[in-house]
Amino acid sequence: MTAGGTTRNGRALALKDVPSLEPSQFRGWLVNGVRDKGRRVVSYFGAASNAAGGTAAEGISLVAVLADDANGRLSIARTISDGTTFESVVPEVTQAHLFEREIAEQYGVRFEGHPWPKPVRFHHSYRKGYDAWGRSVDAQIPPGVLDFFRVEGDEVHEVAVGPVHAGVIEPGHFRFQCHGEQVFHLEIALGYQHRGIERALVGGPTKRTLPYMETAAGDTTIGHAMAYAQAVEALSGAVVSAHAHAVRGIALELERLANHVGDLGALAGDIAYLPTASYCGRLRGDFLNMTAELCGSRFGRGLVRPGGVGFDLSSDQVRDLRSRLTVARTDVTEAVELLWETPSVRERFEGTGTVSPDDAEALGLVGPAARACGIQRDVRHDFPAGIYRFVHLPVMTAHHGDVNSRAYVRWLEIQQSISFILSQLDGLPANGTRAAAGAMRPDALVVALTEGWRGEICHVAMTDAAGRFSRYKIIDPSFHNWFALALALRDGQISDFPLCNKSFNLSYCGHDL
Amino acid sequence: MLKALLARAHQGHRTMAYPAGAPPPMPERFRGLPALDPAKCPEGCRSCADVCPTDAIAKDGPLALDLGRCLFCVECVTACPEAAIAFTHDTRLATRRREDLVLTGQALPLADALEGKLCRLFGRSLNLRVVSAGDCNACSSDVNVLGTVGWDVGRFGIQYVASPRHADGLLITGPVTENMRLALQRTYDAVPPPKIVIAVGACAISGGPYAGHPEQHDGASSVLPIDLFIPGCPPHPLTILDGLLRLLGRLEEQRRVPRG
Ligand code: SF4
Repeated sequence: MTAGGTTRNGRALALKDVPSLEPSQFRGWLVNGVRDKGRRVVSYFGAASNAAGGTAAEGISLVAVLADDANGRLSIARTISDGTTFESVVPEVTQAHLFEREIAEQYGVRFEGHPWPKPVRFHHSYRKGYDAWGRSVDAQIPPGVLDFFRVEGDEVHEVAVGPVHAGVIEPGHFRFQCHGEQVFHLEIALGYQHRGIERALVGGPTKRTLPYMETAAGDTTIGHAMAYAQAVEALSGAVVSAHAHAVRGIALELERLANHVGDLGALAGDIAYLPTASYCGRLRGDFLNMTAELCGSRFGRGLVRPGGVGFDLSSDQVRDLRSRLTVARTDVTEAVELLWETPSVRERFEGTGTVSPDDAEALGLVGPAARACGIQRDVRHDFPAGIYRFVHLPVMTAHHGDVNSRAYVRWLEIQQSISFILSQLDGLPANGTRAAAGAMRPDALVVALTEGWRGEICHVAMTDAAGRFSRYKIIDPSFHNWFALALALRDGQISDFPLCNKSFNLSYCGHDL
Repeated sequence: MLKALLARAHQGHRTMAYPAGAPPPMPERFRGLPALDPAKCPEGCRSCADVCPTDAIAKDGPLALDLGRCLFCVECVTACPEAAIAFTHDTRLATRRREDLVLTGQALPLADALEGKLCRLFGRSLNLRVVSAGDCNACSSDVNVLGTVGWDVGRFGIQYVASPRHADGLLITGPVTENMRLALQRTYDAVPPPKIVIAVGACAISGGPYAGHPEQHDGASSVLPIDLFIPGCPPHPLTILDGLLRLLGRLEEQRRVPRG
């Protein structure tokens, strides 16, 4: 089987060193890599044909990145498609399903043999005149209008929810096929949050690039900004100081803490266990406020900058953070442990929204959703970059793949993140906020991975001959994981939907971009 | 059970004293209302305007900063050679009119309370339907946080409700993506009149970082009439609360200064 190239997290390589395979070879490499070698699709995307070093005037480039988690290696290859049709790998590689749908939508390529070729974000193709569904350039593309999977039968009914939901939450459409309370099938249609970020990134960086990164998924500002910074640093050869690496790590873990703690509170709220709901609701704010101490913004805006960080951490701040964190640790422990000691909570969490390990593997899940199925997968461990090269974090797992496991993994990670931050504060290297990130290497490509609180964030940056972005691909962890929520609901109760949804708490805007 | 009671005792009462008492302190690096000193601008200098990601700063005439576009990043402050722009700790930013958000060095005309009948109707009970229309989930989160014990907007009679039919108005975040335009319009139509609309965050006011993208509509005023603008990216919860309370005429300082 033809080999792809090999790279590592955050290492730039010349485009010419990314093996360009014939379409059939490329397909074979991808299928073989996932099916036979146990690799995982990290990213698979289209690009203008000249963006990936191709010369064909027509057609598009396809680029795929596969992860070999056990060895910390990334395998990469590309091909040129004629830009009209391509043979789907989904019959053999389930986890490519959404990637192919996305390529189809963005570049107007039809994937032959794709079992479920539907739009993802409901927009026109980037290539005028090419549309995978044969729609004209001025056709209206109403969101959420698609051929939903339907179950027929006398007692089967359909429940449609969204895009506007009951709570304060981002928009998405959920279509349930139910038999009474029982859910036979759930289909999720997103795209309502589509703001055109990837399209706007081409030709950058511009003065808007950082805001795009910081708001791609605004609750993951640090995670996405770190992946971006890592990509730019690799392409420009900037050397980040030890201080900046440590501050980034602290901020990334604070982001994890705020979200994990907030979600455990929200899970408790969804089952009306109010003590944990209210304590964690407040404690989430305490972690956001710690991030605001670092950089003035509760969401970490302005903190991560290519070349380092926008703000350093003074010794007064270190002291202050340490004492706040110590107090928060006691409060969080008390608030969360109530969950595990309350039978009514366990009764609602256990066995609800189960995803099997096989399904989790097949879908290529990432983050706590994967780890709750017993999968050892964590960028900080498998593809360490920055501070995580020096501090080795064990991967936290649970084994039932249900709401309880997802909640419990979060709790394990909360404890670990607090310890990590405290140890970083103890040995914080002095000085060095930001090194200048110079011009980026032309005709190059880099894959940058970060473990955000939802899981693996993957950015792939490609530069043109002038060292500008010819393509910038963002994969939020939610992109891998949304389908798992649909599976978690299968054969469950429709009334469990809010609880299941919150246990994943996936990003709509991070998916829709 | 005993543990739950002990935890209750230990976690204590956490609702802040504000607005009767002092607001929670802002962190040292917090960026609130910008203070402009146009007198400091060197002739022809455009350093701030050139780096502003959302073109919130105009330098065609005297220095002007549009809070409705501002992301409260630090680019302009860093770029300015004369320290003509500085972010203060002032969290009060909400206005009733879009044009009031353009700062030129004058005091920001903070939001007045709703007029007569509306104020009587909503002043002590305001039910809002929150619609995220392309927001990045940071604005949503800090709107949501007002419902937690620390902020507890319920004490002012403000509630987020599940159905537009139960609402007195909409609170909108996000630039209004094309894909949410219709849903937003329909949600608005479903709110019984009289109704109000509140735009929270740079996105909902101007499109924020996405302004100009064809995938969105540069904010909620492209679709609906707006009664209150709350700037920020995202606005601090205190800024949102301050805006809501001002709109309802619930702040002491509003009562002390009768409106003309
Ligand atoms: S204003 Fe800023 S924080 Fe609010 S939704 Fe827009 S990008 Fe996010």
